[in-house]
Amino acid sequence: MTTTRQPVTRRGVGLPRVLWVPAALAFAIIALPVVGLMLKANWARLPELLVSDSALAALRLSLETAAISTALCIVLGGPLAAVLARGNPPALPILRSVVLLPLVLPPVVGGLALLYLVGRSGFVGKALDLWFGITVPFTTAAVVLAQTFVALPFLVVSLEGALRTAGQRYEAVAATLGASPTLAFRRITVPLVLPGLASGTVLAFARCLGEFGATTAFAGSLQGTTRTLPLLVYLERETDVDAAVALSLVLVVVAVAVIAVTRPRGSEGLS
Amino acid sequence: MKIRALAAIGAASALLLTACGSGGTAAPATQAAAPQTLTVLAAASLTETFNALGKQFETDHPGVSVKFNYAGSSDLAQQIVNGAPADVFAAASDATMKTVTDANLTAAKPVTFAKNVLQIATPPGNPKKIATFADLAEPDVKVVVCAPQVPCGAAEQKIEKATGTALKPVSQESDVKSVLSKVETGDADAGLVYVTDVNSAGDKVQGVNFPEASQASTNYPIAVLKNAPAGDLANQFLTTVTGEQGQKALEQAGFAKP
Repeated sequence: MTTTRQPVTRRGVGLPRVLWVPAALAFAIIALPVVGLMLKANWARLPELLVSDSALAALRLSLETAAISTALCIVLGGPLAAVLARGNPPALPILRSVVLLPLVLPPVVGGLALLYLVGRSGFVGKALDLWFGITVPFTTAAVVLAQTFVALPFLVVSLEGALRTAGQRYEAVAATLGASPTLAFRRITVPLVLPGLASGTVLAFARCLGEFGATTAFAGSLQGTTRTLPLLVYLERETDVDAAVALSLVLVVVAVAVIAVTRPRGSEGLS
Repeated sequence: MKIRALAAIGAASALLLTACGSGGTAAPATQAAAPQTLTVLAAASLTETFNALGKQFETDHPGVSVKFNYAGSSDLAQQIVNGAPADVFAAASDATMKTVTDANLTAAKPVTFAKNVLQIATPPGNPKKIATFADLAEPDVKVVVCAPQVPCGAAEQKIEKATGTALKPVSQESDVKSVLSKVETGDADAGLVYVTDVNSAGDKVQGVNFPEASQASTNYPIAVLKNAPAGDLANQFLTTVTGEQGQKALEQAGFAKP
């Protein structure tokens, strides 16, 4: 997977001109729908629409749950990436395809799967309900679980790629100098893959923020508890298209801001 | 590795393309006369009934194929307003039909062809022993309803007001089928859905009638669209739905007479 870098492409010298046409088209496919959204927006009503109770509650819930889910992704997904990249686990290809499942599955399917696991009729959910009186669906915890489920692969994949690209030379040297695996991991591995971790974190956070399908299937939709911005957009579209568009723009702005502010310069080269 | 994967994807998409191509041309090829297609946009709750009516209509009108597009009424209304080509629109509320009439896109005034009322759906066996609307307000009952923005939620709010019983739902879903599915999985103790939804769910849920339901029935209006490519057929289909045959099928599905 290691590719030798071609410094010429940096300055655009060696890039065939013809690539510009599909490149422009690709960019248009991504950018033009957003333009459509902006043209549809009712700018006069925008401020009023954005400070409504339901909008503020949804924005707050979205940011909070996405932050918690992203933290969970780092705490749990980081070690998973390390094990996949360095731990030589048995049946690595199978493990990796399982980890990638949430990327391939429609999020609604993920939501249903969660429901059949920790919902009242699911085998874990039944036990939780019987022994502790805990029911997970319809709670904010369910939103976090749904977001973590769909976002984990983004972090794991970026980080695993970074770990593999970085190689283990420095750790090997550290070991010869008497550093324990823990020390070498903390002082060498983690700083080395920080850019990869950062870009994985941004991707995971963005994915959490946009999560819709798994949340609606698993967590339900109630203002302040489970109705995140995407769910509110979907609901408002029924009666008030202006409100739906305004909220969509908020999502666009938040997503762009998160990516622009946090995307580290060094991460462009990595996965 | 990579190249092989790409080749596999390419082959798969080529297969898909040919499959789609042959599927599209197969149906109308048998008829000698110019085959005609009638496109009907209908609320999701009409799926079973309209499918049956459509089959009958095709038998009665040789050479005609009826194409249905089922979705939430407001989605369909948006599609019509944004220029989707269609002949007939059957909505699950007056409000969504109004979106289309306001845009001046119906050929004639819409006709109400059915009514639907809410019913309480519980998991089989009704574990929380729900018998009345007021039971839904009990603190240990997890009840799921539609959000007020959609017709089933608007009807539910109307009943709350009429009865003075305020519900504390654990979720307000964006469509009635989502409410139903939360009851089917047993995660909700009760949900407010339409009678027709309970009927179509079979034994996966149990319906509980409550008298206040009649205070908030939902109208189902139908109209031929102004730019209908198959206008004559559209009118005939509308007559079928409002006529004896259609009314009988609707009644079987649980709809009330208009």
